[in-house]
Amino acid sequence: MIRVVLPAHLRTLAHVDGEVNLEIEGRVTQRSVLDALEARYPMLCGTIRDHVTQQRRPFLRFFACEEDLSHESPDAPLPEAVASGKEPLLVIGAVAGG
Amino acid sequence: MSGVRVLVGTRKGAFILTSDGKRTHWDVSGPHFAGWEMYHIKGSPVDPNRLYASQSSGWFGQVIQRSSDGGKTWETPGGGLTKNPEGMPGVSNKFVYDTSPESGKPLTTHQWYDGTQHPWEFKRVWHLEPSLTDPDTVYAGVEDAALFRSTDGGTSWQELPGLRGHGTGPQWQPGAGGMCLHTVILDPKNPNRIFIAISSAGAFRTDDAGKTWRPINRGLHSQGIPDPDAEVGHCVHRIAMHHSRPDVLFMQKHWDVMRSNDAGDSWQEVSGNLPTDFGFVIDVHAHEPETIYVVPIKSDSEHFVPDGKLRVYRSRTGGNEWEALTQGLPQSDCYVNVLRDAMAVDALDQCGIYFGTTGGQVYASADAGDHWNAIVRDLPAVLSVEVQTLP
Repeated sequence: MIRVVLPAHLRTLAHVDGEVNLEIEGRVTQRSVLDALEARYPMLCGTIRDHVTQQRRPFLRFFACEEDLSHESPDAPLPEAVASGKEPLLVIGAVAGG
Repeated sequence: MSGVRVLVGTRKGAFILTSDGKRTHWDVSGPHFAGWEMYHIKGSPVDPNRLYASQSSGWFGQVIQRSSDGGKTWETPGGGLTKNPEGMPGVSNKFVYDTSPESGKPLTTHQWYDGTQHPWEFKRVWHLEPSLTDPDTVYAGVEDAALFRSTDGGTSWQELPGLRGHGTGPQWQPGAGGMCLHTVILDPKNPNRIFIAISSAGAFRTDDAGKTWRPINRGLHSQGIPDPDAEVGHCVHRIAMHHSRPDVLFMQKHWDVMRSNDAGDSWQEVSGNLPTDFGFVIDVHAHEPETIYVVPIKSDSEHFVPDGKLRVYRSRTGGNEWEALTQGLPQSDCYVNVLRDAMAVDALDQCGIYFGTTGGQVYASADAGDHWNAIVRDLPAVLSVEVQTLP
């Protein structure tokens, strides 16, 4: 079970409270987690990564295990603690704006 | 008794203001989509309970919302917890520019601020214009400037590429607010005719339902561009039309209030005695096609009303002769702006006029502008105001 923590606005958009739990078959990577997230919550398509390029939106970051994974390859394995469900993958909105 | 529903988009959410036909007591609903920029909300003319809303964010991009009950509840069309019939996740916020060779001229660049060419990049939906005949058909004017259409209730969107593919596309450039397509007017008498306007490219018209377009900027004169009388490059802020006379258009340009009597083929200035002819909004009385409204703004470098006075100006002669409407509006120490999509009129017998300000007030007049009251005073900065006249 993969745990994902979404920013407040995306939790509202997806009608969820707290963490999202996802079952992932195969390798646990940014891409496989986001694929599973968007499949379960289609309204999140395009809000975390671009529809076409699949690039992470500029004002979002991916954190886990006190590390910034935003610039890792989307196909790189996420830390074992995330894959095992011990730690969540955090989707973080930049502290910016007014 | 009939009533009105005012749809207000703000920098931090949407609000719905409702009243009966007297328009003296108002119910305020919201914020809907709290914290998001709500550029525009508009209802279908053929199904008043069908609303479309443009929800956007610098963090999370564009979301399209749809309501089927007049704004009580909302959904992201095609993006719910169940997949659509094709088994694909929702694409209601997927605005992808057409680059197919068969579409004609798949442009990839436009002019950037420094004069170089820059790729088209989708940023947000500025304006949603529901069809006059089909509640599931809606047009979206977007930044970077292009026109999209959905025929499935906002579930999926396709560009009308003939506009962006117009040969002048590489000359289009963004205004300070971005290169936005902000005005979409559907001709009520000719379903093949659509008018649009872009900052800063100008106004365009199609006569074949969006396949091909031509600039309609003859008569516009803009000092801020190399050729003041150029075919394109004018910063048109807003165009308005009365449904009974679709060939007569009124325009608030960056500077200048303009009028066309020939569907945009030519324009004449009608700024007349306005204190300043800079501004954003312009609208037409619901029952008097020669009665028009603007809110003059001091200048392009000082985006607030002149002299600290919030004044709507009305012309009953289709321009040139203007009167200030001030009853109930602040006449000292007022420094708000009224943005291009933030004025609307209702269709009750005594025409109501509405506008919202960057200071968060939404003002209403139930007597065509003679007297004004603030429905609300303390909303976030208002981006758009639309009105539905309910049976």
